[in-house]
Amino acid sequence: MQKQAIFQSRLLPYALVAPQLAIVLIFFYWPALQAVIQSFLLQDAFGLSTTFVWFENYIELFKDVAYFEAIVRTFFFSFAIAVSSLSFALLLAVMADKPLRGSMLYRTLLIWPYAVAPPVVGVLWIFMLHPSLGVLSRYLRNMGIDWNPLLDGDQAAALIILAAAWKQISYNFLFFLAGLQAIPKSVFEAAAIDGARPMRRFWTVTFPLLSPTIFFLLVVNIVYAFFDTFGIIDTMTRGGPGTSTVTLVYKVYSDGLLGGNLGSSAAQSVILMVMVIVLTGIQFRFVERKVTY
Amino acid sequence: MVEEEGFRRYVAHIILWIGIAIVAFPVYIAFVASTQDNALIANGQMSLLPGGHFFEVYYQTIFVGTSGSTREPVGNMMLNSLVMALLIAVGKIAISIISAYAIVYFRFPFRMPIFWIIFITLMLPVEVRIYPTYKIVADLHMLDSYAGLSLPLIASATATLLFRQFFMTVPDELLEASRIDGAGPLRFFWDTLLPLSRTNMAALFVILFILGWNQYLWPLLITTRDDMQTIQVGIRKMITTTDALTEWPIVMATAVLAMLPPVFVVVVMQKLFVRGLVETEK
Repeated sequence: MQKQAIFQSRLLPYALVAPQLAIVLIFFYWPALQAVIQSFLLQDAFGLSTTFVWFENYIELFKDVAYFEAIVRTFFFSFAIAVSSLSFALLLAVMADKPLRGSMLYRTLLIWPYAVAPPVVGVLWIFMLHPSLGVLSRYLRNMGIDWNPLLDGDQAAALIILAAAWKQISYNFLFFLAGLQAIPKSVFEAAAIDGARPMRRFWTVTFPLLSPTIFFLLVVNIVYAFFDTFGIIDTMTRGGPGTSTVTLVYKVYSDGLLGGNLGSSAAQSVILMVMVIVLTGIQFRFVERKVTY
Repeated sequence: MVEEEGFRRYVAHIILWIGIAIVAFPVYIAFVASTQDNALIANGQMSLLPGGHFFEVYYQTIFVGTSGSTREPVGNMMLNSLVMALLIAVGKIAISIISAYAIVYFRFPFRMPIFWIIFITLMLPVEVRIYPTYKIVADLHMLDSYAGLSLPLIASATATLLFRQFFMTVPDELLEASRIDGAGPLRFFWDTLLPLSRTNMAALFVILFILGWNQYLWPLLITTRDDMQTIQVGIRKMITTTDALTEWPIVMATAVLAMLPPVFVVVVMQKLFVRGLVETEK
């Protein structure tokens, strides 16, 4: 697609793209390139000399049990967060799509958590479910659950998933609602005339028509769970207890922070980059169709 | 319109209110905790109704800060967050709109390669290249500065793509008309294109402001001085003290203050927010 009506100028267009190009080259390409180069190098313990080691950093990573566990954990978190948040948001969106009184108010009251920052989400939830002072922990203990996410890895993971899913409800709700409203009402009427009950109408009409939205949201939620959970994890558990809530991004951060193996940290970054590129590629490849139902 | 029976409609209202309660409960608890006495909270005796320490706690939070972990007034942290968010939002819109203008309205050598160079940045969030980016910002002596906080986060293509898409829909006749009026490229941009882009800019601004205000990992890495902390970083530092008592009312007041500006923006500018969100995700 190109414009027919254009301006002629030799220098002006370059001047106009220059600021963005400069920022992108300095703060995006240069560091990304550094990460790739770094990932092929091995630095000695004092940082005095570096040797080119081909894929050794990558091979070491894949031999490392902790890294493998972080990969599995990240995918598990992503899946759990996406499924729980999407299903709850879909339920709410289907309800809000009905011709109800006050539906605008409902929308407003459901979308604002989008604006809550991940570290704040972490603080809110750890406070409610803190082992000694959390208001909800009392009830859990009364129910006979030995609740202590600061010591129990599985409980910590559950807490992260819960908090992260909570934050994502509003985003998913908004897109589901938009998706639902884009479905022509006549389709429902036709199904109703055919005698389909509401539940059946949902599974045979709404759900299939909504599948592009669901797929789009699935990808967005996975990317969200990969990256935006960092703030939640860092304020709630710091990856602990042990390493039971260390995700891939958290590992890049904490390994680099300890100042340890730069090559390994860089290799981790590169692997993450590849994962995101694949995810974004999938999104672009399939989501284009979302607009043309 | 398919008629809903009374009973089903009733159920829908109930489910929605349950949803709202789930969404609002953690924030309510935070607010309640921010009005109570720390000793009560630390004992696990917190009341579920607001207490009487509202003014005292918020005064201390905004103007003094915690007495233990970070002595930085939260008011100052909010100012840092505000400056960062505004720089990111305005900066990104400014550099994106002019580069999109160049790419759509001019033909010049390397136009498409330049477009692709910008486009690819869409794919990689700052999280995957934090340490190399940190090193560059450090080499440029931009640690603990607003430039260091915002510039690396401006380096992405979302806004450029959005403006490019929008410019493609602007009718060619407008350009012909202003050319007849004797307007050059800059004049056309300023007098015609910018006013037309107002809604898009506003929608984008709302989204970018929220994203900027909520940044966490990057500010965490590159700010070392307490007076350059953003509120998101500050709140984490308040709950780090494992030995000393965490001052929960102040932490919770900070959480409430950290939520206020972006939530306010979402609620008050809902139309722009929804539009911006849907368009940036396309």
